[in-house]
Amino acid sequence: MTVPITIRIQEADFDIAREIALLTDGRTDIGAVVSFSGICRGSEDGDPIAALTLEHYPGMAETEIKRHAEVAVSRWALNGLTIIHRFGRIEPGQNIVLVLTASHHRQAAFEAAEFLMDYLKTSAPFWKRTESGKGANWVEARSHDDAAAARWAKT
Amino acid sequence: MKVKYFAWVRERVGKAEETLEPPASVRTVEDLIRWLSGRGEAYAYAFETPRVIRAAIDHAHVRPDATIAGAREIAFFPPMTGG
Repeated sequence: MTVPITIRIQEADFDIAREIALLTDGRTDIGAVVSFSGICRGSEDGDPIAALTLEHYPGMAETEIKRHAEVAVSRWALNGLTIIHRFGRIEPGQNIVLVLTASHHRQAAFEAAEFLMDYLKTSAPFWKRTESGKGANWVEARSHDDAAAARWAKT
Repeated sequence: MKVKYFAWVRERVGKAEETLEPPASVRTVEDLIRWLSGRGEAYAYAFETPRVIRAAIDHAHVRPDATIAGAREIAFFPPMTGG
């Protein structure tokens, strides 16, 4: 059976409960749903921020996320998968990203969600810029994010 | 080919995209970065540290030694910070 994969790149917010319902409604084969939400923090490296602005590469963002979603589906026994990534201006406390993974047993859903987030951080073409009293600044990539993604590489 | 720039690479170059026809001697992504760097101060600034610049050809990540032959769209950007 083909595993349903939903990928959306959007400016608008999302409703986590609604997205979980869309993934699970009418299904009796799902025993676990893992939900990861990335939320805009009110500070970056200790300095308060007013907002983040996310720039993305339309077309490539969808392609790159889909590629990793397909890897996740081939590596773990998933029954469904939803990834939503927002772009535009996002204020502290607001949602940035959602990853939902559904599986028969919990382990596949937990691992696949973590794998997807690690790759979204390092491979999905999105860039964060912070707005603060000091002006606008591009967020720098972190080496521990690269290390987190690298541990999933198959040896 | 169409060349696109994102995030601070876009800001430094001063444009989001342009259509360029590099000479035949420009064969790889790193050749293209070198060629772009010679197009003026804004480009030289954007590409001053080539090792931090990431590239994609037709929406797929590529390494600096990737050939650009046949590419429709090449993008340059800093390391990604989404998620």
